[in-house]
Amino acid sequence: MRFWRKGKETKQKAPQHEGGMGKGILVFRSTTEVIRAERLLRAKGKEVRVMGPPPEIQTGCDMVIEYPLMSQLEILRILREAKLEPLEAVPVDSPLLAPVGLFHVKELGGYIMVRAANMKITVEKSTGMIVNVSGGGCPDVPYLAQELVGKTLKDAPQPLELGHTLCGYALQLAYEEAMRICSQ
Amino acid sequence: MLAVVGTVPDPSIPVLDGQATIEGDEIVVGGKRLRVGRGTTALLAAAIKVAILMDQPMPHAYLAGDIGTGEGSLRLYAYLTEKLPHGKFRAIAFHYILPDVDWHNKVLLALDAMEPRPLLLADAGWMYVAKMSGQAPSYDLFTPDAGELAFLADEKAPHPFYTRGFLLKEENRVPELIERAYRNEDASRCILVKGTRDFVATRHGIHATIDGPTVEAMEAIGGTGDTLSGMAAALVASGKDLLHAAQIAAEANRVAGVLTRATPATQIHEIIGNLPRALGEVLGSSR
Repeated sequence: MRFWRKGKETKQKAPQHEGGMGKGILVFRSTTEVIRAERLLRAKGKEVRVMGPPPEIQTGCDMVIEYPLMSQLEILRILREAKLEPLEAVPVDSPLLAPVGLFHVKELGGYIMVRAANMKITVEKSTGMIVNVSGGGCPDVPYLAQELVGKTLKDAPQPLELGHTLCGYALQLAYEEAMRICSQ
Repeated sequence: MLAVVGTVPDPSIPVLDGQATIEGDEIVVGGKRLRVGRGTTALLAAAIKVAILMDQPMPHAYLAGDIGTGEGSLRLYAYLTEKLPHGKFRAIAFHYILPDVDWHNKVLLALDAMEPRPLLLADAGWMYVAKMSGQAPSYDLFTPDAGELAFLADEKAPHPFYTRGFLLKEENRVPELIERAYRNEDASRCILVKGTRDFVATRHGIHATIDGPTVEAMEAIGGTGDTLSGMAAALVASGKDLLHAAQIAAEANRVAGVLTRATPATQIHEIIGNLPRALGEVLGSSR
């Protein structure tokens, strides 16, 4: 199909974990807390990543944070100080579902459309203006579209600042990729 | 009559339950005015345009404000479990919602109590939760795009965010992914896959493909999937056969894009204005 023939694919690099030790997951009450905790831990230099929860604790639109077990004490301290304590911090030995790592980029005349999972962001190449947000199905998507469309990539709020769901997270990935392409 | 269920991006909106009408670029439900943008308001606007054109009753809306925190979604799920058993609708279109498997299953039980049971259409978050709860075959029509079809075809993915890469690779695998989704019991009775080429299918195979007119920019415009779902739902509610309704809606959405001279920067309300003429052309040519 044309989209794929013309489109370019890029792949997100998976983060490497400290020391190659065992992994654990942090389980939170909501995706909003997961997003806040991930941002905080990354800002503190911790090598964590958002992953799909094991099937036995899946409830809907959810995710967990995967972390190196050797950093557990420090990670829990950081979260406690930020009043972001997880419901659980447990070791895992089976593989978790990874977020989408493929981006699809399509040129549409003077615009580029970047897709990550089910979310697409379209930007005018000459100005960096976000002209449309499409795809998705969680309730923050229309809200994010409302807040982003008509602003430049530079001036718009990052989707994760406003988003609360997996669709919002996917839009953040598409936004970052669009930003990377437009800054080249 | 059609009922539409979904969320709108304003947390101050409580649960709204009432007939939906359109005034300019605003949907009006229970005295509340909601600006038409991408999402459930676009679906409702398209459904209203179809209802007016076909001399049908205005759709009934069940809406709640939610910007992703899930609070409005939970209020709406709870409201539906109480109200739906007393409703009389030919079809219900379920749309933007925060997926929650337990609450979804409670709503499905409430739907089972309806007599007669309406035709059930699902798109966006409601389609995600229908699949992740293992209840996809309870629905009559899903309207995924190619990425969402890959999610339906991935028996391990609880959300499109986790769809495995090998299923997302190429859009020309749509027939194979449709077959895979049906094999896993993760698809509705009929499915309308929207994309550069639209597919109308059942578990027995591809019923129709629609590949013209082509407006490449439509994929970029937020809300074009919503108008497609809204038209299909309103056509089903008017008595059209499910497969035929899906095909007409897909064609009319494309024609509306042509009439609008859509570019990637076109906004959905511009396309909605052309839906009646587009649908009139498609219905005229199919008679």
